[in-house]
Amino acid sequence: MKPTDIKDPEYFHKVVDCQYACPAHTPVPEYIRLIAEGKYTEAYMINWDSNVFPGILGRTCDRPCEPACRRGRIDEEPVAICRLKRVCADNKDDVKKLMPQGPFKTNGKKIALLGAGPASLTVAKDLAPEGYELHLYDEHKAGGGFMRSQIPSFRLPETVLDEEVNYILDLGIHTHFNHYVSSMKEILAKDYEAIFVGTGAPKGRDLPGMKGRDEGKANIHIGINWLGSVAFEHTNKIGKTVIILGGGNTAMDCCRTARRLGGENVKVIVRSPFAEMKASPWEKEDAQHEDIPIIDNHVPTSFVVENGKLTGMTFEKVHAVYDAAGKRKLVPIGEPDVFFPADDVLVAIGQENSFPWIERDLGIEFDKWEMPVVNEKTFVSTNKKVFFGGDSAWGPKNVITAVAHGHQAAISIDLMCKEKDMANDRPSPFVNLASQKMGIHEWSYDSEVVNDLRYVVPQADKKLTLTNRKKEVELGFDLPTGFKEAERCLNCDVQTVFTESKCIECDACVDICPTACITFTENAEEESDLRNMLKQPAKNKTQDIYVSGILPTKRIMVKDEDVCLHCGLCAERCPTSAWDMQKFFYNVTKVGKACH
Amino acid sequence: MTYVRPKFRHPELVKNKLGYTVDYYEGALSTLCAGCGHDSISAGVVQACFEMNIEPHRLAKLSGIGCSSKTPAYFLSNSHGFNSVHGRMPSVATGANLANRDLIYFGVSGDGDTASIGMGQFVHVIRRNLNMIYIVMNNGCYGLTKGQDSATADNGSKNKTGQVNLFDSIDLASLAIELGSTFVAQSFSGDKTQLIPLIKAAINHPGFAFINVISPCVTFNNNVGSTKSYDFVREHVEATATMDFVPQMQEISVNYGKGSQKQVKMHDGSVIQLHKLAEDWDPLDRQSAINAVLNAKAKNEILTGLLYVNPDCQDLHHLLQTSATPLNELKKDVLCPGSEMLKEINADLR
Repeated sequence: MKPTDIKDPEYFHKVVDCQYACPAHTPVPEYIRLIAEGKYTEAYMINWDSNVFPGILGRTCDRPCEPACRRGRIDEEPVAICRLKRVCADNKDDVKKLMPQGPFKTNGKKIALLGAGPASLTVAKDLAPEGYELHLYDEHKAGGGFMRSQIPSFRLPETVLDEEVNYILDLGIHTHFNHYVSSMKEILAKDYEAIFVGTGAPKGRDLPGMKGRDEGKANIHIGINWLGSVAFEHTNKIGKTVIILGGGNTAMDCCRTARRLGGENVKVIVRSPFAEMKASPWEKEDAQHEDIPIIDNHVPTSFVVENGKLTGMTFEKVHAVYDAAGKRKLVPIGEPDVFFPADDVLVAIGQENSFPWIERDLGIEFDKWEMPVVNEKTFVSTNKKVFFGGDSAWGPKNVITAVAHGHQAAISIDLMCKEKDMANDRPSPFVNLASQKMGIHEWSYDSEVVNDLRYVVPQADKKLTLTNRKKEVELGFDLPTGFKEAERCLNCDVQTVFTESKCIECDACVDICPTACITFTENAEEESDLRNMLKQPAKNKTQDIYVSGILPTKRIMVKDEDVCLHCGLCAERCPTSAWDMQKFFYNVTKVGKACH
Repeated sequence: MTYVRPKFRHPELVKNKLGYTVDYYEGALSTLCAGCGHDSISAGVVQACFEMNIEPHRLAKLSGIGCSSKTPAYFLSNSHGFNSVHGRMPSVATGANLANRDLIYFGVSGDGDTASIGMGQFVHVIRRNLNMIYIVMNNGCYGLTKGQDSATADNGSKNKTGQVNLFDSIDLASLAIELGSTFVAQSFSGDKTQLIPLIKAAINHPGFAFINVISPCVTFNNNVGSTKSYDFVREHVEATATMDFVPQMQEISVNYGKGSQKQVKMHDGSVIQLHKLAEDWDPLDRQSAINAVLNAKAKNEILTGLLYVNPDCQDLHHLLQTSATPLNELKKDVLCPGSEMLKEINADLR
């Protein structure tokens, strides 16, 4: 194998599993270290720069970083990255003075942002300091999009949402709230240089045509619409017996909200097996904690309406059968349908995009699924002035993905306005690699690996939370626990950097490495062969192996990145500093921050 | 400085026949200098004991004084240990062995501890063929007292300050063969593929097993001009043979291709499988072993590998015809058979 090119920033980027998995590539270990140091404000600003909504995401993020966390490969559970983010948001000082300070010198260019959700707000955050005049449209009375209408207050308090939305609106954004844009043509006719569509996936799936659907409609609600109606205080009660259909996070939010609006006997009934539900495991746990049973393997067959009033639903019992390719089929088990009583039914079986307001003759191409054709790198549609991001681009994902889209779309809009090439003139990431050596056996990061198991975030008393819809359930880590959880981070961004010209092949690193990552061996042609020749075979192919050039004994050094603890012992035991611990900082470049 | 090794290990570590993973054989984190050859030897001991399925409580580590003699703290934390007086480890080993012949005695010493202050003890423990492993971690200098030349420093070797050594070195391997050691090997800390099988064979040997391991001192004796530096040893090392230790009951499946093969059957049916590289050398012939070492020396080479073995030797317990049951397990009724027995013995002497 050829030596690994560590000058390519993507190599070390991939070693930082959490950051690599984060759609916005938030420098996670960097802010966790700052939390451990008590520098909550600085930690918050690292987050704010990358993911824009640290307080919101610290409560509600889908956490793609956590399944990726290296700790999960060597310990029982990953670091509680998401809830640590909340620690910095909860304990920061004034951050506003650290944010760009307006008024900004105008560049005379106007941009329209449709939908005031996380994608549009991110575009606004990135473009406002550059002097763009930004016009933000939303049908609701306040910004936040689905973060406001769909995430219940007991998970995300309004004060937190308002604070972080306002940081952006205060950059001088022209808001047009309570303004439903009903025609793209009208917007295009105005003098906007670019239009960003961040309208989400607003249409909740229904069960049209199911027996009893029309007759029972007074007590059958579409989950996301119902949540929005609760959030904007149009709805404040529900029947005592409630069925929630669906197994995603919306279903979990629906059932828990129903419990707070008078639902005493609330059940989630889902088609798939429990383990395959789309909801995040922790959201399922939270629902069960609030005495909500989750009944799986039940496919709805009819709404039962008696005397014009919904009384319940019938279900067919199924079980999952998998074919050779692993594809799942739900097969009836042959028992008679079962009846569950209900005063109200909430349908939370998915949501989809809907663009009735975009005329089809504007050069914005749609595919056969009625989805806009969007460039995956630049987010531009087939109309060079119109950009899509967030759920509106490729269907429902999550907040952090919308933020990542927003940053990239903002770069495209900026490049377009400066008449540069959107695809080829994009800025490279900001990268820095610096030795952490302070003395012979001393590092400027806390290299000790702690053995603590993951700490649990405390929750408020159920008696309080179930009677007050706005009472936040999670209390967040207190500072001592936050510190201990932060200490569980392995500092994967402090890289093991090998300089073969310094190596005397004394084997000290091989002998000391607790997880048998390092091997000195003859080279092999194929990576798969080399992986098997290691002291501990490198079976996890998703993790790279770090290969050196040829050493004096004609061998090479191979390091399997998979379970490296970044403890620094290889570098500590290296007599010649052939190994060094170097902090790798990688930040996705945002608008206006590129090197010129 | 890190004093604690993280507890996490590779999640896919294999288990040996006893159900232990290799970390069960580890010791405390080393406080020797970074890059010390001794740490590699410790790692070799850990690996060898793991692969030999040794129950750690069946092994006793013994050492004297010096950097080398600190190393028993850095391997086999679950074994017995005795860190004795400078150069006096063989006496303690002899006493322990006579009291309990059932343990494996693993002696670790250095060039100072063996070739200077402990020379008297060293030669006598060889002469008695005490059943033990005796490893010398040989770096040619007194690393613990800032690197003065030791008695194994070669004539003409330059130390870190530029001083050239004027005296001939004591060649511990030749000496051991000369004195009749029944297992003599030489190796290099930077070559675990050779060292680990040697340690395994030494553990299995039923008498005194001596391994002289050249182990560079990175701090005081790894300079240009030193004959114990990593670079010099790598350039001048010549092996008698590549070898494998094949435990009893295991099928021999090593294929070396061309070359002269030699199998040495050990007392318990295990086999040392050799692929000979040195000419006119027979590991069972003391004379040829001495010749091979001297010939290599004349060519400015360091001969490593197994040098000499006498698999049919008799150890001290055999020679003294001691009780087959370890002394420490003999109960009072056996040790003090009573006045009747005393009368009988006295009667025999009349």
